[in-house]
Amino acid sequence: MGHAAVKVLLRNPRRALEVPGPVTVASLLAHLDISREAVLVIVDGTLVTGDSVLDDSVSVEIRPVISGGSV
Amino acid sequence: MIEIRRHNAGFCHQCFVKHCRDQVARTVESNSMLTSQDRVLVAVSGGKDSLALWDILLSLGYRADGLYIGLGIGDYSSESAAYARRFAASRSARLVEVDLPGDFGFDIPTGSRAAKRAPCSACGLSKRHLFNSEALKGGYQVIATGHNLDDEAAVLFGNVLRWDLAYLGRQQPVLAEGAGFVKKVKPLVRLAERETAAYCVLEGIDYIVEECPMSAGNRHLGYKELLNRVEETSPGTKSAFLFGFFDKVAPLVGQVAAEERESLHACPSCANPTVSGICAFCKLVERASSNT
Ligand code: SF4
Ligand SMILES: [Zn+2]
Repeated sequence: MGHAAVKVLLRNPRRALEVPGPVTVASLLAHLDISREAVLVIVDGTLVTGDSVLDDSVSVEIRPVISGGSV
Repeated sequence: MIEIRRHNAGFCHQCFVKHCRDQVARTVESNSMLTSQDRVLVAVSGGKDSLALWDILLSLGYRADGLYIGLGIGDYSSESAAYARRFAASRSARLVEVDLPGDFGFDIPTGSRAAKRAPCSACGLSKRHLFNSEALKGGYQVIATGHNLDDEAAVLFGNVLRWDLAYLGRQQPVLAEGAGFVKKVKPLVRLAERETAAYCVLEGIDYIVEECPMSAGNRHLGYKELLNRVEETSPGTKSAFLFGFFDKVAPLVGQVAAEERESLHACPSCANPTVSGICAFCKLVERASSNT
């Protein structure tokens, strides 16, 4: 089996994990307990929607959009 | 396809980019933020909001240069500077740089400790000071910052919780020039941070995703999470909260800020406007240097 999995990159802090595919973006986020409004999901440099299906060996980045700091 | 729940709409790539630019154009025009003649200095941090702002203003044809301030916050500062420089080079745009350690002899972590201020407080006052003085020095008519809808709603929430009238009076999309201040504008107030981040990804703008290490535990971050929870059950609440304030309340409290401004005088050390004696930035520089 080895590398047949969806490769997930999380940011802030940066960490990587693998989940078995195929899986939709929406259910991946639900599985990781991440609110869809709080992140962008990026595959191949572009955005994908909740109903997109991620197959094994696809790399996906889950990037938070909420930034802190003072003004 | 990008979904924006607040607008109850989905956009394709091209339409989404157009949507973002239209929102900014509308904000700029309806608030008389900029003219095509103005030279505008965009405060650039290397993050999504300021780079999206710079890109959109350039695409709308405004004469926009960037200003990057090196805060001396370890890897975060060197990495964010690299993103700002890369963007400037890719657009053949001019980036003005100021470096706190190099030009003023202190960085935010040690300066804030020496002055017994929270890092974000020392950082915020330094940035406000340098935006103004660099704009004056460079002959810019306007300073533009990348505050988005979420930032402004969170700040408003905090100001309302404390009924801080002076801050509320100053919380406007446009602060006119006067009394030593260059005009300041916030052209992104109609865009949520999810939208500015999506804009960057779609337009191929690389920005620093990592947070400033000093931002942990920041109060505004907590307010954002709170407001986002409300937004999830009733989309549109954040924008109604912010724009209701701008339309109905800001005109009433604006007077407080105007009176405060009239009582300011020039700092004897740097000539920037201040309440009394030497300004907060000059004090910070003094304390930081006497401590090293
Ligand atoms: S988080 Fe605080 S210290 Fe860091 S850049 Fe923002 S204001 Fe400055
Ligand atoms: Zn001063």
